[in-house]
Amino acid sequence: MSSQSAAPENFEAAAKGASRDVASFQPHRKGIVGHFHDLLHSTPALVPLIVLIVALALFGTILGSKFFSPFALTLILQQVQIVGVLAAAQSLIILTAGIDLSVGAIAVLSSVIMGQFTFRYGIPPFFAVIAGLACGTAIGAVNGWLVSKVKLPPFIVTLGMWQIVLAANYLYSANETIRAQDIEADAAFLQFLGTKFQIGGATFTLGVVLMLVIVLGLAYALRSTAWGRHVYAVGDDPEAAGLAGVNVHKTLMSVYMLVGLICGLAGWVMIGRFGSVSPSATTGVIGNIQAITAVVIGGISLFGGRGSILGAFFGALIVGVFELGLRMAGANPQWTYLLIGALIIVAVTVDQWIRKVSS
Amino acid sequence: MEPILKARNLVKRYGKVTALDNCDFDLMPGEILAVIGDNGAGKSTLIKAVSGAVQPDAGEIWLEGKKVSFPSPIAARAAGIETVYQTLAMSPALSIADNMFMGRELRRKDWRGKYLKMLDRPAMEKFARDKLSELGLMTIQNINQAVETLSGGQRQGVAVARAAAFGSKVIILDEPTAALGVKESRRVLDLIQDVRSRGIPIILISHNMPHVFEVADRIHVHRLGNRLCVIRPGDFSMSDAVGFMTGAAEPPADMQAA
Repeated sequence: MSSQSAAPENFEAAAKGASRDVASFQPHRKGIVGHFHDLLHSTPALVPLIVLIVALALFGTILGSKFFSPFALTLILQQVQIVGVLAAAQSLIILTAGIDLSVGAIAVLSSVIMGQFTFRYGIPPFFAVIAGLACGTAIGAVNGWLVSKVKLPPFIVTLGMWQIVLAANYLYSANETIRAQDIEADAAFLQFLGTKFQIGGATFTLGVVLMLVIVLGLAYALRSTAWGRHVYAVGDDPEAAGLAGVNVHKTLMSVYMLVGLICGLAGWVMIGRFGSVSPSATTGVIGNIQAITAVVIGGISLFGGRGSILGAFFGALIVGVFELGLRMAGANPQWTYLLIGALIIVAVTVDQWIRKVSS
Repeated sequence: MEPILKARNLVKRYGKVTALDNCDFDLMPGEILAVIGDNGAGKSTLIKAVSGAVQPDAGEIWLEGKKVSFPSPIAARAAGIETVYQTLAMSPALSIADNMFMGRELRRKDWRGKYLKMLDRPAMEKFARDKLSELGLMTIQNINQAVETLSGGQRQGVAVARAAAFGSKVIILDEPTAALGVKESRRVLDLIQDVRSRGIPIILISHNMPHVFEVADRIHVHRLGNRLCVIRPGDFSMSDAVGFMTGAAEPPADMQAA
């Protein structure tokens, strides 16, 4: 009846006696570079950590104990706390293959709301802080909705939102700064994250502790919970993630709202750090670029789905170490920017090398 | 006998292109139904419509006699329909275990799972390894390696293993052997028979006529966005089937579906 199917050669039977063991090979021609490459591929946060240690060692040798003191080293932590928190938020967005230009502006607006709600309306500082955090989360939700439902590119959405939030911030506050003395006298809770405590000769603030908690908490959530795996999957290939059973919209919304909340917390950290509430704080204008810089130096891919949030934290610290170290060495501040610029390019180059699995 | 999965008058248009034109579809309990057709006949759209990846413009779908509509693949999966897409739907940077459990991760049973929502990696890895071994994918050395480090065939094997492990009512395989080697293809065919022997029906889309004629109970011939006819492999030759699906031959009048 059918001529094709007649007596086909039974070539499949030849595979009957195939091995049932998991394949294993002699590791060969790897050498030190090969092993190092493997290690970097499995732990991408290692690169910025190495750069951080090298930078610390370098400035330590040049500047001696002036730099290598608990005071100076914890000063770096205090100086990077705002950028560190913003970088943690930025990492989440960039892991989903987005970018958020509005992080700094959201932080400033949140801090202004915390201050103005307390001083203009007489709301207890605790509730004013909650209102500020809620405002940050709400802006994040709008960003997320526009990206996920309206399908606008994150760059465009947050470029617009950056301008809108910054302008709203000036309009609402009438460009009026609330002085540190007033806050200290009437609403000390707003400066809560500026509370300092000593361990040995090292000075920490609660803002630094909050930054560490956010970074470690997110690192755990991204690595060890289903939500974290979904964030990576959505950043890698949203279509595949959706077909595989991930609720892409829910994941994106949760990321953008969480980022808004973290930016609100960054606003609270700002009050602790500066003491005052200023609508014209530079964070509103350059906070986004600082955060993106830390993330890129930290080895997180701008194409999404790859990298670790610890890397972004190390990236923020590297920038802090360069700033303080070069200032202590008496160098022109432009050297800082020059070196950081070079570091960005080196970081991306190293990232490309790590990606080459088959080298 | 009532079909386990039934569709009537499905219509799907992409702009001016009609992918499904009042298409009917029936899958009987416990059978292997092959879907064959030319490129662009609308096979994949038909499959996506019953797996929730595409929402038909018109038409109705019944699962076990109950009318259903799947707004997303997640809804279809929750109803027990598991699909291996041609694109495989894998996240390249994540591990094999992560990919197999995407969207249905296992949590630890202890307090860390309850309060910290910590994943139970050892259990997920063991399960993934067992399923791959069942398929004979022994060349995968490390269950934690990223999917992007696998060959195309290995990736397909992982996708098939995922569907076979979790499908409870219907399993849909879109070109499951296209990238596989001889041994792995044979394993997939064995697996298809094995899944059927567990009573789970399978929809198999394939261009490989020997495979189709070997395992299928019935063959749904798709042409120009519609079901042209349904034939039994014993009644016709592969050349007949190719003739029907390309339009070179007319199917017998009594075989024509609506």
